[in-house]
Amino acid sequence: MREFIENFVQPHFNYWAYVIIMMIGLWALIAKRNLIKKLIGMSIFQTAIILFYVSLGVKDGATIPIAPHHVAGDHADAHDSEHAESHDDHKAHPKPVADDYSNPLPHVLMLTAIVVGVATLGVALAVSQSLFKDFGTLEEDEILEQIKSGDYYD
Amino acid sequence: MKWLALIAVIATGSLLIYAVSDFPDWGSASSPANGGVEGAGRSVSQTFIEETDTLTHVPNIVTAVLADYRGYDTMFETVVILAAGMAIFAILRVLRDTEKPVDQSKHDPSIDGDHQRIIIGTTCRLLIPVIQLFALYVVAHGHHSPGGGFQGGVILGASFILLGLATDLETAIARFSEKQFIGLACVGIFIYAGFGVLGQFYGRGFLDYGALQPIFMTDGEPMARSHAMLGVEVGVAFTVTAIMFAIYANLASKGELKNGL
Repeated sequence: MREFIENFVQPHFNYWAYVIIMMIGLWALIAKRNLIKKLIGMSIFQTAIILFYVSLGVKDGATIPIAPHHVAGDHADAHDSEHAESHDDHKAHPKPVADDYSNPLPHVLMLTAIVVGVATLGVALAVSQSLFKDFGTLEEDEILEQIKSGDYYD
Repeated sequence: MKWLALIAVIATGSLLIYAVSDFPDWGSASSPANGGVEGAGRSVSQTFIEETDTLTHVPNIVTAVLADYRGYDTMFETVVILAAGMAIFAILRVLRDTEKPVDQSKHDPSIDGDHQRIIIGTTCRLLIPVIQLFALYVVAHGHHSPGGGFQGGVILGASFILLGLATDLETAIARFSEKQFIGLACVGIFIYAGFGVLGQFYGRGFLDYGALQPIFMTDGEPMARSHAMLGVEVGVAFTVTAIMFAIYANLASKGELKNGL
């Protein structure tokens, strides 16, 4: 057991965490009958995906993806770095080293995912509110019952 | 039914766990996403980290990738936000006055009109300007420090939501009316797309901020990109602020924009 944890869980614990959180979300999405609980499940699922992406961008010993800004002679440098594009070996500033900064791309993608998550959650809450106005319940099976028995169309 | 769901969840989970052993280790700098594939050159993220400062003069690489390299993505992202706001408007908004008008004599749309709310009113009066100032800082410094249009917009929207929660929705609506927030949401997209179209007048591509160098009168295109990114972030912040408040106002009042929670 200890060997299993050291070899398989420890170097990949971020993936284990995301799989487990995702399973909780998926369970809530499939098995729960209450629509609000389904939405909570959807949010947990999204969180798992966000955790997965952000943990992919982690590098050992790296800092946040914000490079230090030029402090002095900002505008004079603008000319220098224009030249630097053509003469790669001669530079006023050392180029940032990729291994020193964590991967910015997953952060960007997850920023958009969070925003879409807010949008979908808002629309889903609006739909469930208008469902509640029509049916007086948010339980999925009760709503289906009402539709089947034809009460809704009266 | 429940055990069927359990089987589905466990099957999905075990398939993913099975795939986990092929994934790169935690914190590995040489994984395909971080370090590129062998024999295929650098990965795109390495290029972003190394070239962003030279090409855009924006220290915050995340903002640079968001607003410039992936400009189209972010523009339509903002459109998605607007579309969500419009969808909520279409689903919930009640345009006809169904209920009897609220007793106007009791209603006082000032923060501390009600004596029982004097603590809440005073706290809001002190806190909301600070929140809004911080939101503006987050937007304006989005390309130098952590932050940006989405984050600052959400904080700004939250300040209006706090007002609506602490007093009532009418107090918040009196300061940020429906006409204003729908207009502001559209203006935000217009600003974003405007920066894109502006580049086309100089014969360059859509959202090619380097073309705006004559307008910003900077030395060199990188600084122009930096300024254009700030403008674009302001547009994003407008839309996000307006839609966050619109979502709250519609959900809290069942689409009537009255009374609220």
